[in-house]
Amino acid sequence: MSAPQPPMGLLAELSHRCPLACPYCSNPLELERPRGELTAEEWLRVIDEAAELGVLQIHFSGGEPTLRRDLEQLIARAREQEVYSNLITAGVLLDRARIDALAAAGLEHVQLSIQDSRAASADTIGGYKGGHARKLEVARMVRAAGLPLTINAVVHRQNLDHLEEIVELAVELDAVRLEVAHTQYYGWAYANRAALMPSREQVEHANAVVAAAKERLKGVLTIDYVVPDYYAKRPKACMGGWGRQFLNVTPTGKVLPCHAAESITDMTFETVRERPLAAIWEDGPAFERFRGTAWMPEPCRSCERREIDFGGCRCQAFALTGDAAATDPACGKSPEHASMVGLAETESAADTRDFVYRTMGRKERAGRVD
Amino acid sequence: MSAGLDDAGVPRLGRGVRLKHDRARGQWVLLAPERVLVPDDTALEVLQRVDGARTVSDIVSALAAEYDAPAETIRADVLALLQDLSEKGFVTA
Repeated sequence: MSAPQPPMGLLAELSHRCPLACPYCSNPLELERPRGELTAEEWLRVIDEAAELGVLQIHFSGGEPTLRRDLEQLIARAREQEVYSNLITAGVLLDRARIDALAAAGLEHVQLSIQDSRAASADTIGGYKGGHARKLEVARMVRAAGLPLTINAVVHRQNLDHLEEIVELAVELDAVRLEVAHTQYYGWAYANRAALMPSREQVEHANAVVAAAKERLKGVLTIDYVVPDYYAKRPKACMGGWGRQFLNVTPTGKVLPCHAAESITDMTFETVRERPLAAIWEDGPAFERFRGTAWMPEPCRSCERREIDFGGCRCQAFALTGDAAATDPACGKSPEHASMVGLAETESAADTRDFVYRTMGRKERAGRVD
Repeated sequence: MSAGLDDAGVPRLGRGVRLKHDRARGQWVLLAPERVLVPDDTALEVLQRVDGARTVSDIVSALAAEYDAPAETIRADVLALLQDLSEKGFVTA
Protein backbone atom coordinates (compact mmCIF):
# COMPACT_ATOMS: atom_id res chain seq x y z
CA MET A 1 0.00 0.00 0.00
CA SER A 2 1.32 3.48 -0.86
CA ALA A 3 2.05 6.02 1.87
CA PRO A 4 -1.10 7.72 3.17
CA GLN A 5 -1.83 11.37 2.44
CA PRO A 6 -0.87 13.63 5.35
CA PRO A 7 -3.57 14.42 7.91
CA MET A 8 -5.41 17.75 7.71
CA GLY A 9 -6.30 18.12 11.37
CA LEU A 10 -5.07 17.13 14.81
CA LEU A 11 -7.31 17.02 17.87
CA ALA A 12 -5.04 17.71 20.85
CA GLU A 13 -6.77 16.59 24.03
CA LEU A 14 -4.70 18.43 26.60
CA SER A 15 -6.48 17.04 29.66
CA HIS A 16 -9.48 14.90 30.48
CA ARG A 17 -10.19 17.10 33.49
CA CYS A 18 -13.35 19.17 33.03
CA PRO A 19 -15.63 21.22 35.30
CA LEU A 20 -18.66 20.00 33.34
CA ALA A 21 -20.06 16.49 33.39
CA CYS A 22 -22.11 16.23 30.19
CA PRO A 23 -23.90 12.88 29.92
CA TYR A 24 -22.82 12.51 26.26
CA CYS A 25 -19.15 13.35 26.90
CA SER A 26 -16.98 12.12 24.03
CA ASN A 27 -14.05 11.26 26.30
CA PRO A 28 -13.55 7.57 27.07
CA LEU A 29 -15.29 5.83 29.98
CA GLU A 30 -11.87 5.42 31.58
CA LEU A 31 -10.54 8.98 31.91
CA GLU A 32 -6.78 9.60 31.91
CA ARG A 33 -5.38 10.93 35.18
CA PRO A 34 -3.66 14.33 35.38
CA ARG A 35 -0.44 12.71 36.63
CA GLY A 36 0.25 11.03 33.28
CA GLU A 37 -0.49 14.08 31.09
CA LEU A 38 2.11 15.11 28.51
CA THR A 39 4.34 17.97 29.63
CA ALA A 40 4.54 21.29 27.80
CA GLU A 41 7.84 20.16 26.26
CA GLU A 42 6.24 17.02 24.92
CA TRP A 43 3.28 18.90 23.47
CA LEU A 44 5.64 21.40 21.80
CA ARG A 45 7.39 18.49 20.10
CA VAL A 46 4.04 17.03 19.01
CA ILE A 47 3.07 20.39 17.50
CA ASP A 48 6.38 20.58 15.60
CA GLU A 49 5.98 17.02 14.36
CA ALA A 50 2.38 17.69 13.32
CA ALA A 51 3.38 20.77 11.32
CA GLU A 52 6.17 18.84 9.63
CA LEU A 53 3.73 16.04 8.80
CA GLY A 54 1.35 18.48 7.08
CA VAL A 55 -1.32 19.11 9.72
CA LEU A 56 -3.08 22.38 8.85
CA GLN A 57 -5.28 22.85 11.91
CA ILE A 58 -4.80 21.94 15.55
CA HIS A 59 -7.89 21.78 17.71
CA PHE A 60 -6.89 22.25 21.35
CA SER A 61 -9.49 20.34 23.28
CA GLY A 62 -10.02 18.12 26.32
CA GLY A 63 -11.72 17.71 28.73
CA GLU A 64 -11.22 21.35 29.30
CA PRO A 65 -8.00 22.63 27.65
CA THR A 66 -7.97 25.95 29.53
CA LEU A 67 -7.13 24.01 32.71
CA ARG A 68 -3.60 23.78 31.27
CA ARG A 69 -1.65 26.90 32.22
CA ASP A 70 0.76 26.24 29.35
CA LEU A 71 -1.99 26.55 26.73
CA GLU A 72 -0.69 29.98 25.59
CA GLN A 73 2.75 28.48 24.99
CA LEU A 74 1.30 25.69 22.85
CA ILE A 75 -0.83 28.11 20.82
CA ALA A 76 2.21 30.34 20.25
CA ARG A 77 4.13 27.36 18.89
CA ALA A 78 1.28 26.44 16.54
CA ARG A 79 1.27 30.04 15.30
CA GLU A 80 5.02 29.99 14.79
CA GLN A 81 4.57 26.85 12.69
CA GLU A 82 1.74 28.58 10.76
CA VAL A 83 -0.72 25.93 11.89
CA TYR A 84 -4.26 27.23 12.43
CA SER A 85 -5.15 27.00 16.10
CA ASN A 86 -8.65 26.41 17.37
CA LEU A 87 -9.71 26.27 21.02
CA ILE A 88 -12.57 23.91 21.87
CA THR A 89 -13.78 24.94 25.31
CA ALA A 90 -16.66 24.81 27.76
CA GLY A 91 -15.70 28.40 28.52
CA VAL A 92 -16.73 28.55 32.19
CA LEU A 93 -13.15 28.99 33.46
CA LEU A 94 -12.28 31.86 31.12
CA ASP A 95 -12.13 35.54 31.93
CA ARG A 96 -11.23 38.52 29.77
CA ALA A 97 -7.55 38.56 30.78
CA ARG A 98 -7.06 34.92 29.83
CA ILE A 99 -8.92 35.37 26.54
CA ASP A 100 -6.70 38.35 25.70
CA ALA A 101 -3.62 36.29 26.55
CA LEU A 102 -4.77 33.45 24.30
CA ALA A 103 -5.48 35.90 21.47
CA ALA A 104 -2.07 37.51 21.94
CA ALA A 105 -0.44 34.09 21.73
CA GLY A 106 -1.94 33.73 18.26
CA LEU A 107 -5.19 31.85 18.79
CA GLU A 108 -7.28 32.05 15.62
CA HIS A 109 -10.70 30.71 16.58
CA VAL A 110 -12.79 29.66 19.59
CA GLN A 111 -15.42 26.93 19.66
CA LEU A 112 -17.64 27.34 22.71
CA SER A 113 -20.09 24.62 23.77
CA ILE A 114 -23.58 25.31 25.02
CA GLN A 115 -25.84 22.61 26.43
CA ASP A 116 -29.18 24.23 25.61
CA SER A 117 -30.70 27.65 24.87
CA ARG A 118 -32.31 27.77 28.32
CA ALA A 119 -30.18 28.21 31.40
CA ALA A 120 -31.91 25.84 33.83
CA SER A 121 -31.91 22.96 31.39
CA ALA A 122 -28.38 23.72 30.14
CA ASP A 123 -26.98 23.73 33.68
CA THR A 124 -28.62 20.41 34.48
CA ILE A 125 -27.33 18.77 31.29
CA GLY A 126 -23.80 20.06 31.89
CA GLY A 127 -23.97 19.35 35.61
CA TYR A 128 -22.58 22.83 36.38
CA LYS A 129 -24.68 25.46 38.14
CA GLY A 130 -24.46 28.93 36.62
CA GLY A 131 -22.58 27.54 33.63
CA HIS A 132 -24.92 28.76 30.91
CA ALA A 133 -24.93 32.38 32.08
CA ARG A 134 -21.16 32.31 32.33
CA LYS A 135 -20.86 30.91 28.79
CA LEU A 136 -22.94 33.78 27.39
CA GLU A 137 -20.60 36.27 29.07
CA VAL A 138 -17.57 34.40 27.76
CA ALA A 139 -18.98 34.37 24.21
CA ARG A 140 -19.24 38.16 24.34
CA MET A 141 -15.70 38.46 25.72
CA VAL A 142 -14.38 36.27 22.91
CA ARG A 143 -15.98 38.57 20.34
CA ALA A 144 -14.79 41.67 22.18
CA ALA A 145 -11.25 40.30 21.96
CA GLY A 146 -11.70 40.10 18.19
CA LEU A 147 -11.71 36.31 17.99
CA PRO A 148 -14.11 34.51 15.66
CA LEU A 149 -16.59 32.27 17.46
CA THR A 150 -18.29 28.96 16.78
CA ILE A 151 -21.12 27.85 19.01
CA ASN A 152 -21.31 24.09 19.41
CA ALA A 153 -24.50 22.46 20.59
CA VAL A 154 -24.79 18.72 21.08
CA VAL A 155 -28.46 17.88 20.65
CA HIS A 156 -30.63 15.03 21.92
CA ARG A 157 -34.18 14.35 23.09
CA GLN A 158 -34.00 16.74 26.06
CA ASN A 159 -32.96 19.89 24.13
CA LEU A 160 -33.81 19.21 20.49
CA ASP A 161 -37.13 21.03 20.66
CA HIS A 162 -35.21 24.25 21.46
CA LEU A 163 -33.19 24.16 18.24
CA GLU A 164 -34.73 27.35 16.80
CA GLU A 165 -33.71 29.17 20.00
CA ILE A 166 -30.20 27.74 19.77
CA VAL A 167 -29.85 29.10 16.22
CA GLU A 168 -31.11 32.52 17.34
CA LEU A 169 -28.71 32.52 20.27
CA ALA A 170 -25.75 31.83 17.96
CA VAL A 171 -26.76 34.78 15.77
CA GLU A 172 -27.25 37.03 18.80
CA LEU A 173 -23.79 36.08 20.11
CA ASP A 174 -22.30 37.11 16.74
CA ALA A 175 -20.95 33.64 16.02
CA VAL A 176 -19.54 33.03 12.57
CA ARG A 177 -20.41 29.35 12.72
CA LEU A 178 -22.83 27.04 14.52
CA GLU A 179 -22.23 23.35 14.89
CA VAL A 180 -25.34 21.34 15.66
CA ALA A 181 -24.19 17.85 16.50
CA HIS A 182 -26.60 15.04 17.15
CA THR A 183 -25.30 12.93 20.00
CA GLN A 184 -23.13 10.05 18.77
CA TYR A 185 -23.87 6.97 20.80
CA TYR A 186 -20.66 5.50 22.13
CA GLY A 187 -18.85 6.00 25.44
CA TRP A 188 -20.88 8.09 27.91
CA ALA A 189 -23.66 8.75 25.46
CA TYR A 190 -24.09 5.01 24.97
CA ALA A 191 -24.54 4.63 28.72
CA ASN A 192 -27.16 7.43 28.66
CA ARG A 193 -28.78 6.47 25.40
CA ALA A 194 -32.28 5.87 26.75
CA ALA A 195 -32.33 9.36 28.28
CA LEU A 196 -30.95 11.03 25.12
CA MET A 197 -32.33 9.27 22.04
CA PRO A 198 -34.66 11.60 20.12
CA SER A 199 -37.81 10.43 18.43
CA ARG A 200 -38.01 10.19 14.65
CA GLU A 201 -40.45 13.15 14.63
CA GLN A 202 -38.03 15.30 16.63
CA VAL A 203 -35.22 14.46 14.21
CA GLU A 204 -37.32 15.23 11.15
CA HIS A 205 -38.33 18.57 12.65
CA ALA A 206 -34.71 19.36 13.51
CA ASN A 207 -33.61 18.55 9.96
CA ALA A 208 -36.17 21.01 8.62
CA VAL A 209 -35.15 23.71 11.13
CA VAL A 210 -31.50 23.38 10.13
CA ALA A 211 -32.24 23.38 6.39
CA ALA A 212 -34.33 26.55 6.70
CA ALA A 213 -31.79 28.31 8.93
CA LYS A 214 -28.92 27.46 6.58
CA GLU A 215 -30.76 29.07 3.69
CA ARG A 216 -31.91 32.10 5.67
CA LEU A 217 -28.52 32.79 7.27
CA LYS A 218 -26.26 32.34 4.22
CA GLY A 219 -23.30 34.68 4.54
CA VAL A 220 -24.19 35.44 8.19
CA LEU A 221 -23.84 32.13 10.01
CA THR A 222 -22.31 28.93 8.65
CA ILE A 223 -24.20 25.95 10.07
CA ASP A 224 -22.59 22.53 10.17
CA TYR A 225 -24.90 19.68 11.01
CA VAL A 226 -23.74 16.32 12.35
CA VAL A 227 -26.54 13.97 11.41
CA PRO A 228 -28.34 11.54 13.72
CA ASP A 229 -27.58 8.28 12.07
CA TYR A 230 -29.78 5.92 14.05
CA TYR A 231 -32.58 7.01 11.71
CA ALA A 232 -30.42 7.34 8.58
CA LYS A 233 -30.36 5.14 5.48
CA ARG A 234 -26.65 5.58 4.84
CA PRO A 235 -23.89 5.90 7.43
CA LYS A 236 -21.80 9.02 7.99
CA ALA A 237 -18.31 9.16 6.45
CA CYS A 238 -16.86 9.01 9.93
CA MET A 239 -13.66 11.10 10.28
CA GLY A 240 -13.66 11.42 6.47
CA GLY A 241 -12.39 7.84 6.52
CA TRP A 242 -10.23 6.09 9.11
CA GLY A 243 -6.62 7.30 8.98
CA ARG A 244 -7.31 9.58 6.00
CA GLN A 245 -7.62 13.13 7.38
CA PHE A 246 -7.47 13.27 11.16
CA LEU A 247 -5.61 12.09 14.17
CA ASN A 248 -6.13 12.56 17.86
CA VAL A 249 -3.58 12.75 20.66
CA THR A 250 -4.90 11.99 24.15
CA PRO A 251 -3.69 13.72 27.36
CA THR A 252 -1.14 10.96 27.97
CA GLY A 253 0.03 10.93 24.35
CA LYS A 254 -1.86 8.00 22.82
CA VAL A 255 -2.39 8.55 19.10
CA LEU A 256 -5.89 7.61 17.95
CA PRO A 257 -7.52 7.61 14.50
CA CYS A 258 -10.61 9.18 16.11
CA HIS A 259 -11.40 10.51 19.57
CA ALA A 260 -13.72 7.60 20.35
CA ALA A 261 -11.43 4.84 19.08
CA GLU A 262 -10.65 3.59 22.58
CA SER A 263 -14.25 2.41 22.83
CA ILE A 264 -13.12 -0.41 20.53
CA THR A 265 -11.68 -2.56 23.24
CA ASP A 266 -9.48 -4.89 21.18
CA MET A 267 -7.21 -2.16 19.83
CA THR A 268 -3.81 -1.00 21.01
CA PHE A 269 -2.52 2.49 20.47
CA GLU A 270 1.03 3.81 20.24
CA THR A 271 2.04 6.97 22.06
CA VAL A 272 4.05 10.02 21.02
CA ARG A 273 6.49 9.02 23.76
CA GLU A 274 7.35 5.84 21.82
CA ARG A 275 7.48 6.87 18.17
CA PRO A 276 7.32 10.06 16.09
CA LEU A 277 3.86 11.18 15.03
CA ALA A 278 4.67 10.72 11.33
CA ALA A 279 5.70 7.09 11.83
CA ILE A 280 2.55 6.31 13.81
CA TRP A 281 0.41 7.97 11.11
CA GLU A 282 2.16 6.18 8.27
CA ASP A 283 2.22 2.59 9.48
CA GLY A 284 0.93 2.39 13.05
CA PRO A 285 -1.23 -0.74 13.42
CA ALA A 286 -4.21 1.22 14.79
CA PHE A 287 -4.22 3.43 11.67
CA GLU A 288 -3.58 0.57 9.24
CA ARG A 289 -6.36 -1.58 10.64
CA PHE A 290 -9.26 0.21 8.92
CA ARG A 291 -7.46 2.36 6.37
CA GLY A 292 -8.51 2.00 2.74
CA THR A 293 -11.01 -0.64 1.64
CA ALA A 294 -9.15 -3.96 1.93
CA TRP A 295 -10.41 -4.63 5.49
CA MET A 296 -14.05 -4.29 4.49
CA PRO A 297 -16.54 -7.14 4.67
CA GLU A 298 -19.48 -7.42 2.29
CA PRO A 299 -21.73 -5.56 1.63
CA CYS A 300 -19.17 -2.71 1.98
CA ARG A 301 -16.38 -4.21 -0.12
CA SER A 302 -18.32 -4.20 -3.38
CA CYS A 303 -20.49 -1.17 -2.52
CA GLU A 304 -20.29 1.77 -4.92
CA ARG A 305 -20.21 4.08 -1.89
CA ARG A 306 -17.20 2.41 -0.22
CA GLU A 307 -15.00 5.43 -0.88
CA ILE A 308 -17.76 7.91 -0.04
CA ASP A 309 -18.71 6.78 3.46
CA PHE A 310 -15.85 4.29 4.08
CA GLY A 311 -18.19 1.79 5.70
CA GLY A 312 -19.38 4.32 8.29
CA CYS A 313 -18.26 4.47 11.90
CA ARG A 314 -16.04 1.73 13.39
CA CYS A 315 -16.90 2.67 16.97
CA GLN A 316 -20.61 2.42 16.29
CA ALA A 317 -20.16 -0.90 14.51
CA PHE A 318 -18.29 -2.21 17.55
CA ALA A 319 -20.78 -0.80 20.07
CA LEU A 320 -23.77 -2.35 18.32
CA THR A 321 -22.42 -5.60 16.87
CA GLY A 322 -19.31 -6.38 18.92
CA ASP A 323 -17.29 -6.44 15.67
CA ALA A 324 -15.42 -3.25 14.78
CA ALA A 325 -15.01 -4.45 11.17
CA ALA A 326 -18.74 -4.95 10.63
CA THR A 327 -20.76 -2.70 8.34
CA ASP A 328 -22.00 0.27 10.38
CA PRO A 329 -25.59 -0.65 11.37
CA ALA A 330 -26.59 2.90 10.39
CA CYS A 331 -26.37 1.64 6.81
CA GLY A 332 -29.60 0.23 5.34
CA LYS A 333 -27.52 -2.60 3.83
CA SER A 334 -26.36 -3.82 7.25
CA PRO A 335 -28.13 -6.94 8.52
CA GLU A 336 -28.29 -5.16 11.91
CA HIS A 337 -30.00 -2.04 10.55
CA ALA A 338 -33.58 -2.97 11.40
CA SER A 339 -32.74 -3.83 14.99
CA MET A 340 -30.83 -0.54 15.38
CA VAL A 341 -33.83 1.47 14.19
CA GLY A 342 -36.10 -0.57 16.47
CA LEU A 343 -33.83 0.12 19.39
CA ALA A 344 -33.84 3.87 18.67
CA GLU A 345 -37.62 3.93 18.45
CA THR A 346 -38.02 2.02 21.69
CA GLU A 347 -35.50 4.10 23.62
CA SER A 348 -36.80 7.42 22.31
CA ALA A 349 -40.10 6.52 23.96
CA ALA A 350 -38.44 5.54 27.26
CA ASP A 351 -39.83 7.56 30.13
CA THR A 352 -36.46 8.08 31.76
CA ARG A 353 -34.94 11.53 31.74
CA ASP A 354 -32.22 10.64 34.23
CA PHE A 355 -28.56 10.94 33.32
CA VAL A 356 -25.47 9.15 34.57
CA TYR A 357 -22.83 11.87 34.70
CA ARG A 358 -19.16 11.40 33.97
CA THR A 359 -16.97 12.07 36.95
CA MET A 360 -13.31 11.73 37.78
CA GLY A 361 -12.44 10.21 41.12
CA ARG A 362 -15.85 10.99 42.52
CA LYS A 363 -18.89 8.84 43.00
CA GLU A 364 -21.31 8.79 40.10
CA ARG A 365 -24.04 11.35 40.32
CA ALA A 366 -27.43 11.21 38.73
CA GLY A 367 -29.58 14.08 37.49
CA ARG A 368 -32.45 15.00 35.24
CA VAL A 369 -33.88 17.89 33.26
CA ASP A 370 -37.32 18.76 34.61
CA MET B 1 -24.14 40.54 4.06
CA SER B 2 -23.78 38.86 0.69
CA ALA B 3 -25.35 41.93 -0.89
CA GLY B 4 -22.94 44.76 -1.58
CA LEU B 5 -20.66 42.73 -3.82
CA ASP B 6 -20.48 45.13 -6.72
CA ASP B 7 -17.68 46.85 -8.61
CA ALA B 8 -16.97 49.32 -5.82
CA GLY B 9 -17.24 46.71 -3.06
CA VAL B 10 -14.12 45.81 -1.09
CA PRO B 11 -14.07 42.09 -0.40
CA ARG B 12 -12.05 40.76 2.50
CA LEU B 13 -11.43 37.32 3.93
CA GLY B 14 -14.07 36.27 6.47
CA ARG B 15 -13.46 36.22 10.22
CA GLY B 16 -10.91 33.59 11.12
CA VAL B 17 -10.05 32.91 7.46
CA ARG B 18 -6.45 32.76 6.24
CA LEU B 19 -4.80 31.84 2.92
CA LYS B 20 -1.70 29.74 3.37
CA HIS B 21 0.76 27.87 1.22
CA ASP B 22 0.75 24.23 2.27
CA ARG B 23 4.28 22.94 1.91
CA ALA B 24 3.47 19.30 2.63
CA ARG B 25 1.06 19.07 -0.32
CA GLY B 26 2.52 21.79 -2.56
CA GLN B 27 -0.73 23.75 -2.83
CA TRP B 28 -2.52 26.79 -1.45
CA VAL B 29 -5.26 26.30 1.11
CA LEU B 30 -7.86 28.57 2.63
CA LEU B 31 -8.03 27.89 6.36
CA ALA B 32 -11.29 28.77 8.11
CA PRO B 33 -12.94 27.89 11.42
CA GLU B 34 -12.79 24.08 11.42
CA ARG B 35 -12.81 23.99 7.62
CA VAL B 36 -10.19 23.85 4.89
CA LEU B 37 -10.87 24.80 1.27
CA VAL B 38 -8.47 24.01 -1.55
CA PRO B 39 -9.09 26.78 -4.11
CA ASP B 40 -8.76 25.97 -7.81
CA ASP B 41 -6.35 28.07 -9.92
CA THR B 42 -8.93 30.72 -10.78
CA ALA B 43 -10.17 31.07 -7.21
CA LEU B 44 -6.59 31.33 -6.00
CA GLU B 45 -5.82 34.18 -8.43
CA VAL B 46 -8.77 36.08 -7.01
CA LEU B 47 -8.15 35.22 -3.35
CA GLN B 48 -4.54 36.35 -3.56
CA ARG B 49 -5.88 39.80 -4.45
CA VAL B 50 -8.55 39.92 -1.73
CA ASP B 51 -6.72 42.08 0.80
CA GLY B 52 -9.41 44.30 2.28
CA ALA B 53 -8.10 47.28 0.27
CA ARG B 54 -8.73 46.47 -3.40
CA THR B 55 -12.22 46.87 -4.84
CA VAL B 56 -13.84 44.26 -7.07
CA SER B 57 -13.05 46.41 -10.10
CA ASP B 58 -9.39 46.71 -9.02
CA ILE B 59 -9.21 42.92 -8.89
CA VAL B 60 -10.95 42.57 -12.26
CA SER B 61 -8.62 45.09 -13.96
CA ALA B 62 -5.53 43.43 -12.51
CA LEU B 63 -6.63 40.00 -13.75
CA ALA B 64 -7.71 41.35 -17.16
CA ALA B 65 -4.28 42.94 -17.61
CA GLU B 66 -2.39 39.91 -16.40
CA TYR B 67 -4.28 37.39 -18.56
CA ASP B 68 -4.95 39.71 -21.49
CA ALA B 69 -8.64 38.76 -21.34
CA PRO B 70 -11.86 40.80 -21.74
CA ALA B 71 -12.75 42.52 -18.46
CA GLU B 72 -16.47 41.72 -18.85
CA THR B 73 -15.84 37.98 -18.85
CA ILE B 74 -13.50 38.19 -15.89
CA ARG B 75 -15.90 40.45 -14.00
CA ALA B 76 -18.72 37.91 -14.26
CA ASP B 77 -16.44 35.10 -13.07
CA VAL B 78 -15.03 37.13 -10.17
CA LEU B 79 -18.46 38.25 -8.94
CA ALA B 80 -19.86 34.71 -9.14
CA LEU B 81 -16.88 33.34 -7.27
CA LEU B 82 -16.98 36.00 -4.54
CA GLN B 83 -20.72 35.52 -4.15
CA ASP B 84 -20.23 31.79 -3.65
CA LEU B 85 -17.35 32.24 -1.18
CA SER B 86 -19.35 34.87 0.67
CA GLU B 87 -22.36 32.56 1.09
CA LYS B 88 -20.00 29.94 2.52
CA GLY B 89 -18.47 32.42 4.96
CA PHE B 90 -14.96 32.50 3.44
CA VAL B 91 -15.27 36.10 2.21
CA THR B 92 -17.24 39.12 3.35
CA ALA B 93 -18.17 42.10 1.22
